[in-house]
Amino acid sequence: MHKAMKLAASAAAGAAMAAAAYANPYEEYAGTTLVVNFPAHPHYDAVLKVLPEFTKETGINVEVDQLQYLKMRERQTLELTKSRGDYDLIAYVVFSKADYVFADQLENLARFFMNPKLADPNYDAEDLIDGYVQNIGVAGGKKGYLPGPTGSLFGIPYGSETSVLGYRKDIFEKHGLDVPETYDEMLDLACRIPELEPGMGGMSSRAASGHQASHAFLLHLAPLGGRVLDDQWNPIINNEAGVAAANALKTIVDCGPEGAAGFAFGEALGSFLQGQTAMYLDTTVIAGQIEDPSRSQVVGQVGWALHPMGVRRGSQTGGFGIAIPKNAQNKDAAFLLMQWLTSKKGDKLVAMAGGNPSRFSTHADADVNAKFPHMSVFGEALMHADPDWRPIIPVWGKINADIGTTLSKVLTEGLDVQEALDGVAERARATLDEAGYYTWQ
Amino acid sequence: MSRWADRANKLTPYAFMAPAVAVLVIALLYPIFYMIYASFLDWNPSQRISEAEWIGFRNYVNLLMDESFHESFWVTLKFAFWVVTLEMVVGVGLALLLDRNLRGMSALRTIFILPMMIAPIVVGLMWRYMYHPSVGLFNRTLTKLGFEPVPWLSDSWWSLTSVIIADVWQWTPFIFILALAALQSLPQSALEASRIDGASPWQQVWHIKIPLMMPVLVVTCLLRLIDAFKVLEVILVMTNGGPGLSTEILALRISRTASEFRELGEASAMSNFLLILLLVLTLISFAYNKAQEARQQRLRQAAEQG
Repeated sequence: MHKAMKLAASAAAGAAMAAAAYANPYEEYAGTTLVVNFPAHPHYDAVLKVLPEFTKETGINVEVDQLQYLKMRERQTLELTKSRGDYDLIAYVVFSKADYVFADQLENLARFFMNPKLADPNYDAEDLIDGYVQNIGVAGGKKGYLPGPTGSLFGIPYGSETSVLGYRKDIFEKHGLDVPETYDEMLDLACRIPELEPGMGGMSSRAASGHQASHAFLLHLAPLGGRVLDDQWNPIINNEAGVAAANALKTIVDCGPEGAAGFAFGEALGSFLQGQTAMYLDTTVIAGQIEDPSRSQVVGQVGWALHPMGVRRGSQTGGFGIAIPKNAQNKDAAFLLMQWLTSKKGDKLVAMAGGNPSRFSTHADADVNAKFPHMSVFGEALMHADPDWRPIIPVWGKINADIGTTLSKVLTEGLDVQEALDGVAERARATLDEAGYYTWQ
Repeated sequence: MSRWADRANKLTPYAFMAPAVAVLVIALLYPIFYMIYASFLDWNPSQRISEAEWIGFRNYVNLLMDESFHESFWVTLKFAFWVVTLEMVVGVGLALLLDRNLRGMSALRTIFILPMMIAPIVVGLMWRYMYHPSVGLFNRTLTKLGFEPVPWLSDSWWSLTSVIIADVWQWTPFIFILALAALQSLPQSALEASRIDGASPWQQVWHIKIPLMMPVLVVTCLLRLIDAFKVLEVILVMTNGGPGLSTEILALRISRTASEFRELGEASAMSNFLLILLLVLTLISFAYNKAQEARQQRLRQAAEQG
């Protein structure tokens, strides 16, 4: 009896060991060191806290090269053209997708998901927020950058952001104001607040020349029913919706805090954190900072709501994706890291560490919501996120910069809105023409 | 045999010069020719240079018709003119004032040149915070004194002014130390002679000191001018070219064209325009120096004959 038990126990142990040996898909890669390139960004700061967990579980070491996100893009551009790259996994900004995929520098992920030794059957890709997978990960569908029957997957969203409205609960309560649900209500409030609370600006917005002003404008363009280009690549930025969006931006800046016309993202956010404005409409990435007493004077006073509706819902899609460069040296292990980070487990870990989750289940998770009550609003905002709020094409950088400088002139030099947007449309047409977008017309 | 020795003798200097020439070619000429070559390409940074398409003069033609480039060019000229003028006036003025044996002069001089030792990015950040519309030093002081706050960086006229002020603050000391060195090496005999002839201090400045300092001042001015055309970091940090294009000087536009618009060819073409502009300036100053020398030669000859 005793002997039999001992035998059974050793058999069980043996079986467990054998099972463990089989169930460790990471074994082959233990000891590998992956070099990854991540941006300096709140989400990726949270990722750094989670990575030791990955190394503990898999034995794969991860070396992180963290750079400011625009610098990161420059570095990657150089790295990706080398024949042997230093990076095994990169985080990329959405608008890099067009450049990298077009230059054939990213691995198509199909061959990894087809590999039974690498792909985890319990990954549950359906749970990834679809708009983001399409926007950040897929290229080659409609218009080349949107999803569609011809598209395929090059990256997985990681650090997804959308736009939400943050408002000061205390100020709204004090004056009996309702949280705006439409653009008219929001613009009306933006200019009423400075009257109700002298010295306070209505809403924080970016407005500085270049990318900043363009971003702020595009934020309003989609919900107000506009687009930069139509499906035939004709610029329609100067139509009625475009003018309405530019006017909305102008109203917000005019009723904003002192010097708002020169604000970049940092200053716009700063003014909200310091209690100089009553509303904030921009990316979700700042939620952590608002509740951080060392950076914010409005801890516990900020409520969240969906990006107000114009003629439609259309919050922005931004943030980062992760992808494997074609010239990477440890592609399989990089895929394992990518899969682990974006798995249900990894997504929840990073959310609890203060990151932006990319899965529906994480947004609905009880633990995550208990720690970050805003998560359910953010989850709903993500469902309305508009993947086509700006075109993601190689010449976008130039058009974007032109929109930004021209709108800056509208905001600071009193240039007429219609005239400004007509100019943008004309120059965009020339840029697109030169890049061959009208070849088929 | 002697023919060989003769030839070897003739070649010796070239052999000694060869390393220097090699360094020059590799470090100086190669990048310049690379840039000139690139300016004829439609080249985006995701491509290797060999994959880029040859488009002849299209980049240059595009630039000549590009209104933003014109504006940027004009902003650069305005910026360079104002910073160099102000810096020359203030720098030389300070040097004239401080050209005396004060106690603690060397400490004072060190303090004066501190601004130009600070990294440009830091200078940009520092001024940007001082110009901040609500929490910045200037506007807080102005509001405390009961004045209206000034839109330092959010109005096109003011932002160019603000950028100019920051540059003047940083680079006046450069002119100051060079002017001071020039002053202190002036021949004392000329000054003494003028004093004996009864020249007032003003007359000394106008008729003796400044004319004698002129060669140094011209070179200084040229160095500053070249630098002013290339300044990048301070403006990048302070305004990133805005509002509108009001502070987008050429160097900044080149940097944005390369990194934001991803058009390396056009950026190279723009750099070539800038290079040509600087070459013209250098030639003008050479011509001035030559003319100056010739004039002095004539004066000397006239004096000798007389």
